[in-house]
Amino acid sequence: MIEIDNITKVYDGRAAVDSVSMTIESATITAIVGTSGSGKSTLLRMINRLVEPTSGEVRINGELTTDLEKNALRRRIGYAIQGHGLFPHHTVARNIGAVPQLLGWSKDKISDRINELLNLFSMPPEEFRDRYPAELSGGQQQRVGVARALASRPDLLLMDEPFGALDPIIRTRAQADLHRIQRTLGSTILLVTHDMEEAIQLGDQVAVMDQGRLVQHGTPADIITSPATRFVAEMVGGVDRPLRLLSLLPLSEIVEAGEAEGPPINDQASLRDALSVCLGSGRNTLPVERDGALIGRVTLEAIRSRAEGTHEPR
Amino acid sequence: MPNRTSSFFSRPGLLFAVLGLVALLAPFVTLAANRIVAGVGVPVWDIAAANTTIPGLAVLLAGLALGLPAALPKLRLLGATVGVAALVWLLMQGSTSLLEGAGPYARVSLGSGFWCLLAILLLLAADALSALSPGPLMRAGLLVAAIIALVLVLWSGALADLSIYREYISRHDAFFDAAQRHLGLAFGSLMVAAITGFPLGVFCHHNEGLRGSVLPVLSFLQTIPSLAMFGIMIPLLAWVSSTIPGAKELGVAGIGFLPAFLALVIYSLLPVVANTVAGLEATPPVTLDAARGMGMTRQQRLIQVQLPLGLPVMLAGLRIVLVQNIGLAVIAGLIGGGGFGTFVFQGLNQTATDLILLGALPTVTLALISAITMDILVELTRPNSVRHG
Amino acid sequence: MSRANILRVIVVCLLLTLVLQPEWFEPVFAPFSPSGAPVIYTRASLLSLSLSHLGIVALASVAAIIVAVLLAILVTRPRGQAFLPLSRTIANMGQTFPPVAVLALAVPMLGFGAGPTLVALFLYGILPIFENTMTGLSTLPPATMEAARGIGLSRRQRLLQVELPLALPLILTGIRLSVVIAIGTATIGSTVAARTLGEVIIAGLLTNNTSYVLQGGIIVGLFAILIYDVLTQLEAHFQKRLGGSRTTV
Repeated sequence: MIEIDNITKVYDGRAAVDSVSMTIESATITAIVGTSGSGKSTLLRMINRLVEPTSGEVRINGELTTDLEKNALRRRIGYAIQGHGLFPHHTVARNIGAVPQLLGWSKDKISDRINELLNLFSMPPEEFRDRYPAELSGGQQQRVGVARALASRPDLLLMDEPFGALDPIIRTRAQADLHRIQRTLGSTILLVTHDMEEAIQLGDQVAVMDQGRLVQHGTPADIITSPATRFVAEMVGGVDRPLRLLSLLPLSEIVEAGEAEGPPINDQASLRDALSVCLGSGRNTLPVERDGALIGRVTLEAIRSRAEGTHEPR
Repeated sequence: MPNRTSSFFSRPGLLFAVLGLVALLAPFVTLAANRIVAGVGVPVWDIAAANTTIPGLAVLLAGLALGLPAALPKLRLLGATVGVAALVWLLMQGSTSLLEGAGPYARVSLGSGFWCLLAILLLLAADALSALSPGPLMRAGLLVAAIIALVLVLWSGALADLSIYREYISRHDAFFDAAQRHLGLAFGSLMVAAITGFPLGVFCHHNEGLRGSVLPVLSFLQTIPSLAMFGIMIPLLAWVSSTIPGAKELGVAGIGFLPAFLALVIYSLLPVVANTVAGLEATPPVTLDAARGMGMTRQQRLIQVQLPLGLPVMLAGLRIVLVQNIGLAVIAGLIGGGGFGTFVFQGLNQTATDLILLGALPTVTLALISAITMDILVELTRPNSVRHG
Repeated sequence: MSRANILRVIVVCLLLTLVLQPEWFEPVFAPFSPSGAPVIYTRASLLSLSLSHLGIVALASVAAIIVAVLLAILVTRPRGQAFLPLSRTIANMGQTFPPVAVLALAVPMLGFGAGPTLVALFLYGILPIFENTMTGLSTLPPATMEAARGIGLSRRQRLLQVELPLALPLILTGIRLSVVIAIGTATIGSTVAARTLGEVIIAGLLTNNTSYVLQGGIIVGLFAILIYDVLTQLEAHFQKRLGGSRTTV
């Protein structure tokens, strides 16, 4: 568990981060969203003390970050950033092994860990270990960047716009990969992004920052259905809001008994997907299947009633 | 664009062929009755009997012709090599035959025609090489081959009848002393500058205030004309030698090697320090942020990240220094510091062209070889260049 | 007035006094002269030597600028493209020739006097300008060039209205490098009897009179610094204008 307690950073008399407090549960992804200059990166960088807070404190599993030597602290926390920041003069293997090496792991242990991570990211070690970053595609570089951040099994992984430099298609895949790996490893991730879509897709919790303050912290559904301020509402996007909400809900929640015409849809698809199929095929009801067996149907009416939960902010 | 480059004849190749034909009309060598009087130009077809000149000329022309096809850079390189070989062979045969019965003091010197043809063929080689764009290791191999060929031609004595070779023979010992001194000046000052400049550059990188004061001072020193810098070192060292106890015993003196050496060190500091600072700053900010974020200490960042990434820029600084110092060391000849400059200035005093050449040619060759070698090193130290090269 | 401007005024005043009223500095230089020897160089007026020095540099540099820029334009046109790689090699390797060697090699062809110095400064001065102009003209932003073609500028108009103005800061950098080297190298011209400030330094070397060496060296150094400064300011001015216009486009 990470506890951020009333943390503030003042630059030239202006608070870049203004008394922010939040708690991050272990084994979850928390996405911090905000526009540029909202203080979200500064907040992140105060956790591994790349920026020293003016006041306030951070505890990781109950331990104050200031009780540790700065570099020792950073070696315990993974750090992945936009544009990956890989060392161009080191091979993929050496890049991934950087932190374990700093921690003084044995050669064999480092090597095993590198292979394990490369396999996890679907990059066959025998093919990728000895390549240089310049010889990888953008998506591969980004994966190595994340693998490097995970190498020492850190208590916490900090990510600053990790997908910012990627093309849209690769980006979607990278997000899915991250989600899968986080579920597999049970890592605790704190991720900074300017993209609300990304935050909603990835975050178990979403924290919205505006002008140095934390304006809302809750589940993606909370953020969409009841934005705390006009700023949050704008971030969530007025017209798209119902669709965003639908994209968070799995079909399994509104499956009802009954039959319907046409090809079935999987119950793990989102309501948004189901709406799209309805509109695209001109049907009002769709059959729903799970593991190949029909389990019921979903109606356009039911989807619509779920989307009506969104209302204007206070 | 493609239809232009796909034309059969290389434009530079055509230019070289035309210029080469024109250069054949200029005097290939000059023949003089003795070392002092002005010589008479001899065109290439008159330097020897027809049974020597015709095959030589044929090969030379073939070399220029091989330089024509744009799509075949390897053939063009071969053409340049064959051409240079023909040039050397013509020179060998010509100097011997011209001196026969021309009197004991007669001299054969290289004429404008020879120099132009040599320059044209070397440019042809350079043009072909730039199309081939060989990797650093290949270039190193070519450089070594060229040096071996040059040494073999000079060492074989085939050109012993040339005036410049005779100047060399009569100063054989002085030449090797000068070479040793010149190398000592250029490389010694480079080493001292590197040993002091690298740490200074690292300090300047860490300390903005230091950088703000060191770099302008070094830039100012750089603007002092070399002649004056050498001149100022003489009394300065003489003063040190006479006032600081023990300095004289250590060999500090206002004349000879040391003033020139010190002047070169001072000129070298700016490129070394400035390029060290630039090299350390060449690490992309993201990479440095990542290094900090993963918990590398300042020293670990410097040694594992910034130095290896900045090495090409730092070596580029050493290249500037080395080439500059090989040139500046010539001035040492003017203040008794030795080196090839001795011959250059003696030659200027006696208006003896061959003596000037005896000093200038080795200097130019040395500078060229150093520049190419350093370029290769710079490329080799770029991250993963070997794999791409 | 800013600190830099105060410094500039001081340097200009110092230089003018050193050239026009050198005797004022007699007490400063006196300790550097052998006893009994003259302290201030009087064999020729320092003003006329300075003018001759700067004149040689100016003449050689103007010629070098014209030739270098024209050549660089030629090799960056489609017709001259075949010469571009060769030009790069020549510019790169040519600059390794020591200026002194170029000077010495010019003497057998041109005799003593200002001639070989002019030729050496000219030949050596071409290379940095040529290299920078070539770089400037061959690394223009593709979008801008596309736009220039798109709005219907002819080749000539593109060169004069877009390419050369955009390359100007880099061209000026080349000119600055070239001129500063020329000012220093011109002093060596005095070893082959060109009338430059090198004369003062050489007179000092021959008579072991360090105050001559210092006088000559300081005057040349100050000239070099001032010209370096003026050209740097000019570059910064054009660079700023380009930077400013780029953000408004």
